[in-house]
Amino acid sequence: MGSFRLGGMTFGSLFKKPETVLYPLETKPAPAGLKGHVVNEVELCILCGICQKGCPADAITVEKKERLWAIDPFRCVQCGACVRACPKDCLIMDAASTAITVEKYRTERTVPDPKAVTEAVVAEG
Amino acid sequence: MGKATVIPFGPQHPVLPEPLHLDLVVQDETVIDCLPQIGFIHRGLEKLVEKRDYNQFIYVAERICGICAMGHSLGYAETVEELMGVEVPKRAEYLRVIWHELSRIHSHLLWLGLAADAFGFESLFMHCWRLRERVLDLFEKTTGGRVILSVVKVGGVVRDIDGAMLREIVAVLEGLEAEYATIVSTLLTDASIKNRTVGVGVISHEEALDLSMVGPFARASAVNYDCRMLGRGAYGDLSDFQPILDTQGDCYARIKVRCSEVLQSIAIIKELVAKIPTGDIAVDVKGSPADGSQASNVLEQPRGECYYYARGNGSKNLERMRMRTPTSQNLAGMVAALKGCDLADVNMIILTIDPCVSCTER
Repeated sequence: MGSFRLGGMTFGSLFKKPETVLYPLETKPAPAGLKGHVVNEVELCILCGICQKGCPADAITVEKKERLWAIDPFRCVQCGACVRACPKDCLIMDAASTAITVEKYRTERTVPDPKAVTEAVVAEG
Repeated sequence: MGKATVIPFGPQHPVLPEPLHLDLVVQDETVIDCLPQIGFIHRGLEKLVEKRDYNQFIYVAERICGICAMGHSLGYAETVEELMGVEVPKRAEYLRVIWHELSRIHSHLLWLGLAADAFGFESLFMHCWRLRERVLDLFEKTTGGRVILSVVKVGGVVRDIDGAMLREIVAVLEGLEAEYATIVSTLLTDASIKNRTVGVGVISHEEALDLSMVGPFARASAVNYDCRMLGRGAYGDLSDFQPILDTQGDCYARIKVRCSEVLQSIAIIKELVAKIPTGDIAVDVKGSPADGSQASNVLEQPRGECYYYARGNGSKNLERMRMRTPTSQNLAGMVAALKGCDLADVNMIILTIDPCVSCTER
């Protein structure tokens, strides 16, 4: 008896919109706040190193002298701890897909020195 | 009587999503003894507590198991909060329980799908996982993750759910409830499923108590225990909570208990959404657990009671973190249920216990 009921449900699904999407031709819209890879908007970064201390996977490296902010995307577990800890809100999580890779790499960003920028503007002016 | 033979079962086996090895001692198609062996996926996660501070370890705790991820982060956070004397805001407690009950629904639907697949009931498997997908979509919308949620922190939760989203959760669950009722009635009235489960792998009430079994496995043998009845957190605000029990103690009873628990979880979420208070979702937690301080906690995971123990040493890192997971409690019961069964029934008995080997080995 139960199988007939399930049969009815399965038959009914022939006339409904499919539950699945034709990926990659079609993708579902990403909901707001979806987690993804960590991106640093370096213009706002002050190289305080709080993200490095909070990272449970030791994925982030901050070298203040070299003005370098780096993340190993293969160690990152996308927990969002760094994003929440950042005092300048310069870290964001980008849910967009990244290119497929066959090699491991480290994403390195040089943080511009605000003093140097100001001096350059003064020199130009 | 034929000669006894040992038949190895697992660690790779179609009914097992995770590696568990059993040496089945078989005589004339009857299992007369069973020796379980685990240790294939031990990762030493409890030891890692010495290397990660108590805030970071929450992300390790939720990676103990993909299905029970929300439960482990919640259990760990509650234990550390008890250790440090932190009081969590009421709204955070409600949100935690809403997510935890959603994860119970997704875990039971996953199990139901796997059980249907093992019966050879492919269409039922598809329907179960179709419904589970809706719960995962709710997770995605409310937490940003589908399986590993990273939404609990020591002192509260990291994200709020607004009123519109809470109404959407209830609407999705109401839609799911109607379709779920059809699936359950199919499963529980199907003659071939009854033939394979009724009277198979019976565990009596006394045996269940003697073997310290927990969760739906024990409740199918009328053991009236569910950690949620202790009323911790938002569970204390529920108007009524009665564990779902069955008296038969066989595979069919275990299926019935799990099927009813999904409906119970839906009712809990609806009640909490109606009652959820406004206010903060987290408090600031400063300092470290005191040297020698210790705390313990129990939490009802989808598979049963999970016990957490933590000890502080005055630093940011805990001295010791221990978890006793439901499957490690239920392995003794599983061996007892397997003794005396037919070799062909081993699959069903193991499935209805719903072993989670990642949790057991950590």
